Amino acid sequence: MKKQKLTKNQKKMQRLQKQALKGQKKIYHSKFARMMTNSRSNRSLSGSIVLLACLFALSLVMLFPVVFMISNAFKPINELFIFPPKLFVIQPTLDNFHDLNELLADSLVPFSRYIFNTLFIVIFGAIGHIVLASMAAFPLSKFKFPGSKLMSEMVVMSLMFSSAVTAVPNYVIMSYLGLVDSYWSVILPALSMSLGLFLMKNFMEQVPTALIDAASIDGANYFTMLWRIIMPAVKPAWITLFIVSFQSLWGATGANFIYTENIKPLPAMLSQLTGSGVARTGVVAATSLLMFIVPVILFVISQSNVLETMATSGIKE
Amino acid sequence: MAKKAKPEHYISKFEYGLKQAKRYRLLYVMLLPYMLCFTAFTIIPVVVSIFFSFTQFNVLQPPELIGFENYIRLFLDDPIFLKSVKNTLLLAVIIGPFGYLFSFLMAWLLCELPPKLRTVLTVIFYAPSISGNAYVIFTQLFSGDAYGFVNSRLLNLGIITEPILWLRDEKYMMLIVILVSIWMSLGVGFLSFIAGLQGVDRAQYEAAEVDGVKNRWQELWYITLPNMIPQLLFGAVMAVTNALAVADVTVALNGFPSTNYATHTIINHLNDYGIIRLEMGYACSIAVLLFFMMLFINKAVQRMLEKVGT
Repeated sequence: MKKQKLTKNQKKMQRLQKQALKGQKKIYHSKFARMMTNSRSNRSLSGSIVLLACLFALSLVMLFPVVFMISNAFKPINELFIFPPKLFVIQPTLDNFHDLNELLADSLVPFSRYIFNTLFIVIFGAIGHIVLASMAAFPLSKFKFPGSKLMSEMVVMSLMFSSAVTAVPNYVIMSYLGLVDSYWSVILPALSMSLGLFLMKNFMEQVPTALIDAASIDGANYFTMLWRIIMPAVKPAWITLFIVSFQSLWGATGANFIYTENIKPLPAMLSQLTGSGVARTGVVAATSLLMFIVPVILFVISQSNVLETMATSGIKE
Repeated sequence: MAKKAKPEHYISKFEYGLKQAKRYRLLYVMLLPYMLCFTAFTIIPVVVSIFFSFTQFNVLQPPELIGFENYIRLFLDDPIFLKSVKNTLLLAVIIGPFGYLFSFLMAWLLCELPPKLRTVLTVIFYAPSISGNAYVIFTQLFSGDAYGFVNSRLLNLGIITEPILWLRDEKYMMLIVILVSIWMSLGVGFLSFIAGLQGVDRAQYEAAEVDGVKNRWQELWYITLPNMIPQLLFGAVMAVTNALAVADVTVALNGFPSTNYATHTIINHLNDYGIIRLEMGYACSIAVLLFFMMLFINKAVQRMLEKVGT
């Protein structure tokens, strides 16, 4: 008798507990469910699963053209013109890259020259941009002096229009300076990209000012401060600047500015190649893969640094 | 009673400024190289554009002042320009908001994932906008003959009986350009969102959980978005600027000029006059209009975003 009563009480307790739990949200106990809801009680498991499914579906859609491009580069000629075209390559070959190699061996200006041109533009452009932007970002981020606010505002404002707007007068200015048909016509405008300065300035703002004060007590001048204290602290930012200017210069054809074949960058030469019809479909696929893959690999290597910089990229009031 | 005498060390605001400038003169030296480049290739071009837009100028002869004639011609005598404005605005209205929301939603969903998976997906989403002309692949996907990827599939399924000229038929051109642009819209702004989302203080979410925030949408609106206004503004600037600057994609996909100017954008028109026809004065008037359009829309969007989460 006594035993039964106890169980009845227990049952009542259990029912009350259940009612109390109904008022709150469920707490998931499986490891999977906790991972999906980030261990938060106010998230529904089904919602998480649906959203994630959407995310993966979209990522497949986004990936599709890229996969098509990659597999095209490895398709032998009979697969490139098969009907219907296949997404994935069946018998991968390096034929297209061999063809590209042969084609380049015949060109009037040696292929290595185009590579040199592009590397020259990219390296001088990117390093120059890092040096100029960090030298400018340091005063703007850490000091208040006449004109500093105006300059910062101008940089933010120039983020708001694309460089296409200034392309026409840029040509006039280049020809006035006598820089048309030289590497500098591509490099110089890239040195003052406003996105780079903006990112660098925002990143430097979060470096503790105490470091600078300490250095100034020790008698360091501004250049030493920048070089010895700030630059090591903003490593993610200058890696990001390198990536950003690499991305914009890697694809630069120098069209409208560079006419001499000898100093044309790689993309200009490749676009001549690709302009030559169906017969070169394979070669085109190979070159577009090469042009695509280099910046992607660089981004993969540096992505944690880039994201760290981007965390400070906001526009403040 | 005599007027209060100025303290002895009193200096005017201007003098103070001069003193500060003198004190920090080394900083101006540091700013000089960047500012020289910036002035030469950004500020001067904008100013010069505005000046050239009131002239007739063909590079060879000195510019000749003609007042507002260029602008009058643009609006009254150039139906292709009006069409390009219409196309640009249509593209911007669709690509801008969609690309922006798409980047934010993707970034938001990615942030829930474990770090390794997140990195892989970030690269997948960001890759299309990284490298200059990956979009050229779409010319093969949407190729107009039966060997095009999309056409061949649709033919095989019996949905269409003859290949569609996706890139030459006015009915489809705009659609494809929009599709490709949205594919490429997860750029720097997207990275900024991802980084910003990771930077939101976890403690705020936990506090919100206790305070009765019921689901992820409330959490998004009351906690996440207000914390991310700086990144949202930055992403908006990038989105607006990109949406108004669509040009290379239309040339690569639809050719130049595109069929019946169906995807002719303002920048296409600008390049047409500035680079091909060398009517620099006229081209500059187009550039000036685009410049003010970009600034105005950016400012308007920023106004709107400041109201988020309130």
